[in-house]
Amino acid sequence: MIDFHLNYGGQFVQISQLLLFLILFPVVTALFMLFARRGSERCWIVRISAIAIGGAVIVLLLSAFDKGFVSYQIGSEQIGQLMFVIEMLLAVYILYLGVKHRKSFTIALILVQAALLLVFEGGLISGIHPVNSLFVDQFSLIMAIIIGIIGSLICVYALGYMDTYHHHHAEIKDRRRLFFSVLFLFLAAMFGLVFSNNLVWIFFFWEITTICSFLLIGYSQTPEATNNAFLALSMNLLGGVAFLGAMIYLAVMDPSGKLFALDSLIHSGYGVAIVPAVLISFAGITKAALMPFSSWLLGAMVAPTPVSALLHSSTMVKAGVYMIVRFAPVLSGTTEGLIIALVGGVTFLLASGMAISQDNAKRVLAYSTIANLGLIVACAGIGTFNLMWVAILLILFHAIAKSLMFLCVGTVEHRIGSRNIEDMAGLIVRMPKIAVMMFIGIAGMFLAPFGMVISKWAAIEAFVNAPFGLIFIAILAFGGSLTVFFWSKWMGKIISVTHLREVVENSVVKEKWAVLYILTGLVIVVALIFPLISSVLIEPFVMNIYGMTTRLSQANLTIMIMMLGLLMIMPFSMLFYRTGSRQVPPYMGGRPMVSDTKFSGSMGVTRQITLSNYYLENYFGEERLFMTGVTLCWGLLLLAGILLAGVIL
Amino acid sequence: MSYMTKSPWVIHYDASSCNGCDIEVLAALTPVYDLERFGIINTGNPKHADVFLVTGSVNEQNRAVVKNIYDQIPNPKVVVAVGICATSGGVFRECYNVAGGIDKIIPVDVYVPGCAARPESIIDGVVTALGILDAKRQAMKEKKSENAGNRGDVV
Amino acid sequence: MISLPVPVIDPAISVVNAIIYLLLAPFVGGLIAGIDRRVTARMQGRVGPPILQPFYDVGKLFEKENIVVTTTQNFYVLSYLVFMGAAGMLFFAGGDMLLVIFAFTLSHIFLVLGAYASFSPYSHVGAERELIQIIAYEPMIILTAVGMYMVTQSFFVSAIANSGIPIILYLPGVFIGYLIVLTIKLRKSPFDLSTSHHAHQEIVKGVTTDFSGPNLAKIEIAHWYEYVFLLGVVYLFFGFNPLIALAAIVVAYFLEILIDNTISRVKWQLTLRSAWLVAGTLGIVNLGVLFYLKGVLAP
Repeated sequence: MIDFHLNYGGQFVQISQLLLFLILFPVVTALFMLFARRGSERCWIVRISAIAIGGAVIVLLLSAFDKGFVSYQIGSEQIGQLMFVIEMLLAVYILYLGVKHRKSFTIALILVQAALLLVFEGGLISGIHPVNSLFVDQFSLIMAIIIGIIGSLICVYALGYMDTYHHHHAEIKDRRRLFFSVLFLFLAAMFGLVFSNNLVWIFFFWEITTICSFLLIGYSQTPEATNNAFLALSMNLLGGVAFLGAMIYLAVMDPSGKLFALDSLIHSGYGVAIVPAVLISFAGITKAALMPFSSWLLGAMVAPTPVSALLHSSTMVKAGVYMIVRFAPVLSGTTEGLIIALVGGVTFLLASGMAISQDNAKRVLAYSTIANLGLIVACAGIGTFNLMWVAILLILFHAIAKSLMFLCVGTVEHRIGSRNIEDMAGLIVRMPKIAVMMFIGIAGMFLAPFGMVISKWAAIEAFVNAPFGLIFIAILAFGGSLTVFFWSKWMGKIISVTHLREVVENSVVKEKWAVLYILTGLVIVVALIFPLISSVLIEPFVMNIYGMTTRLSQANLTIMIMMLGLLMIMPFSMLFYRTGSRQVPPYMGGRPMVSDTKFSGSMGVTRQITLSNYYLENYFGEERLFMTGVTLCWGLLLLAGILLAGVIL
Repeated sequence: MSYMTKSPWVIHYDASSCNGCDIEVLAALTPVYDLERFGIINTGNPKHADVFLVTGSVNEQNRAVVKNIYDQIPNPKVVVAVGICATSGGVFRECYNVAGGIDKIIPVDVYVPGCAARPESIIDGVVTALGILDAKRQAMKEKKSENAGNRGDVV
Repeated sequence: MISLPVPVIDPAISVVNAIIYLLLAPFVGGLIAGIDRRVTARMQGRVGPPILQPFYDVGKLFEKENIVVTTTQNFYVLSYLVFMGAAGMLFFAGGDMLLVIFAFTLSHIFLVLGAYASFSPYSHVGAERELIQIIAYEPMIILTAVGMYMVTQSFFVSAIANSGIPIILYLPGVFIGYLIVLTIKLRKSPFDLSTSHHAHQEIVKGVTTDFSGPNLAKIEIAHWYEYVFLLGVVYLFFGFNPLIALAAIVVAYFLEILIDNTISRVKWQLTLRSAWLVAGTLGIVNLGVLFYLKGVLAP
């Protein structure tokens, strides 16, 4: 472990400045957004900020990738006090909203949280300041890339999207200034979260993401949106209470405050770290919307699509799994870790099943997100070095493919006026470019040799040698096959050629295209260069923590790249098939086809062919599986609670 | 000898037969006669078929269907009209709703008369059809190479 | 993916094996199909077609006109064939078993997409059923690979085949489970949901309804490639003795034909349930026992 205690000066100044820039610059942008009155001003600020953030992340990557773990002592008591004041103000704000909307559960939670915070700040915090509050290591870098590049791409996309959104929904009050402001605040909080080494800071940023998601989900101010925003808020506050509990426990256990540094906490051993690890993992489970808390993420679908894209790919839920993966070394080999892994495993299996029964594209994506987060948590809970590697890889691949999918669905929704997968039939004709991108995005989610399958494959090979790995292999084998089903039938829907032939994608603005092209490119490029990412970033990180690391098998990599190449060559075969085949209508039991997709039915009535996918609701119905999952996962969490109580007492 | 004659796949359609000929056709396709010995398979799908067996005369309700099935059989293909109704309309020829034999709608290659047509003559008819099928295949092949040649000339 | 102990194997041998598979598998697969039809006929008291009948069929299909609903179907079928061949080559080159499985899934997805592309009710039902078949058999296939790893400590086919360990003795449950999902993969009754072979009748012809001529021939050849791969997995269970392995393949295939001819087709619900039940009981229990024994016996 390399530990640099450099105060402003020396060769690392640059990096620490970059970190501060990444945290503070989005805040500045957010402030500007609040005051940008005209649309064009907003556009330019967003574009320039996005480029600045993206650029800064890349500079950070280039200057820090080979440095390992580097931490900086920044700040003073004033920052801590400022954070405390902001937290209390937020608590008052939430209290006000809770009273206004009569959400008693939220009120209760925020009161508990405020009380705990007062206890913590009032009595326990003394002596907790001298930690290296900022740090960066390879995992933080990967998170920063995801937040900085994908997050800011989504912000740029949101510009065009929100125009159309307000055009379509004239009844919704235009609060775009607040909207973009919160988007950037969200990015700032995420940067803060992944660069903070001080638990108090992490908690502060954690709470900011909760508030940001609350504001974004409730954007449209319809009763549904407000209710769902409060649902998300209360579940995340519950996690926040657990997080605070962990901090109070640590403050009581070790008044010197050393353990408030994330790096020393993780290396302090089972006896000390397990209680905070489990409490923070619980907070992570709420934030990552694992069962039993998955309902808030589904409720969040009422928000405009860029918000969903942001919540699902680069922020929020990734903050949850980020913390759990951080604590993986502590959880590894413990019963508590196994229980958390099981919560993840059960979530993966059941959420994959539930995705089959959904015809709403955004809900399918949501369940798939929940499933993948479950898998990440399962890896982190078992926490061997191979699984840590898999978990980080999953975070990366998932972020790219999922953001692409959300943005595609958002674009399609605005053109065809529906987010139902059944209505996406024949998209390949109506919106050819978007359809191809969706196709690649979906392939990225479940087909070899793209990212998610690489991770699934590595996960199986890693679980084989892990304790209790067999349970998770079974979960992966069954859950993995379920994902094949719901993705393939969606793919099938968009490539079928139907009667709708009008091309409707011409009105999509250039900005959106640019974002979509970049994300599509990333899906492919990352599948190609992931060995590089692994060897430069993930392997050294795992090495640092475990003293052992995953090595990629060279032979397999070669084969994967050959497969990817073959996959990219195959579409060119279509050029040879332009002629030479006679086109006839599909077979309709002998009934003549009147036009392409109409046939002459009985009594001379002309009918339109309509086809609908299978949803197998009796088997994978939402209610049934959801209740099972919630019961199971609450049971598991209670068990973890009992174990924890045992440890504390 | 080409593969065409070794693997004729049959699709059977009942235009508006009294079922007499159908029973004979299906009898010939049952395991007892084991037509699979000759590679003959009864498919339910025109897109996989080579030989179109039609029984009964064509009426107003199904002329479009006969035409449709014929169109969906990939070339080369042969049509065998089984039974007197299929060949000429038979006793129903003058009915107000009957168009006549199958050849009123699609080109017929082999006529198998009889009421009902006997299995022996049906098999005989299919065997004759195989010869025609092979001839058609050859014609198609020549036409293809001719086309290729023509294209060469233009270039 | 992760570098577990890689078997020391001459790359030249791998490449030669892969090429031999690419060239010979269609012939072997076609021959198996021919014998299958002959044996089936005998079981039904018929004489049956010549052994070479499958080759005649495919030869004929190539002589036919290619008719399609949309020209993209050609692309999907070609991809199906190419990836089927590639996956099989990988298997016979001694590659990673899991990668082979994922590559096979990829190729099947292409077939399904080809059926979806035609926007025809019959193909559509076939495609959905094919997907149900995939989710039915995939867990068991993955458990098979994991079981082989637990016995031989390697996911590489070459290491599994050359391990000299009588894998079947460690994995009897997995083997039976594999045979049951093999019925699905070989498109045999009672699990021939999406399409079936020779004289069986499907709802028109399931997933292959809107393919004809050369495209249908390619699908048929892909099936032949698949046959050889699937029986190759059976070989692995008995890899310690090639003669016994060949005998096992013959017996296994004969069993499949017997089941095909004695059991009628079931609905998809029962297919899914029984395949998962088999994977969940035979497969997981077998692996669990192995896991336990490994913990107890190994120091």
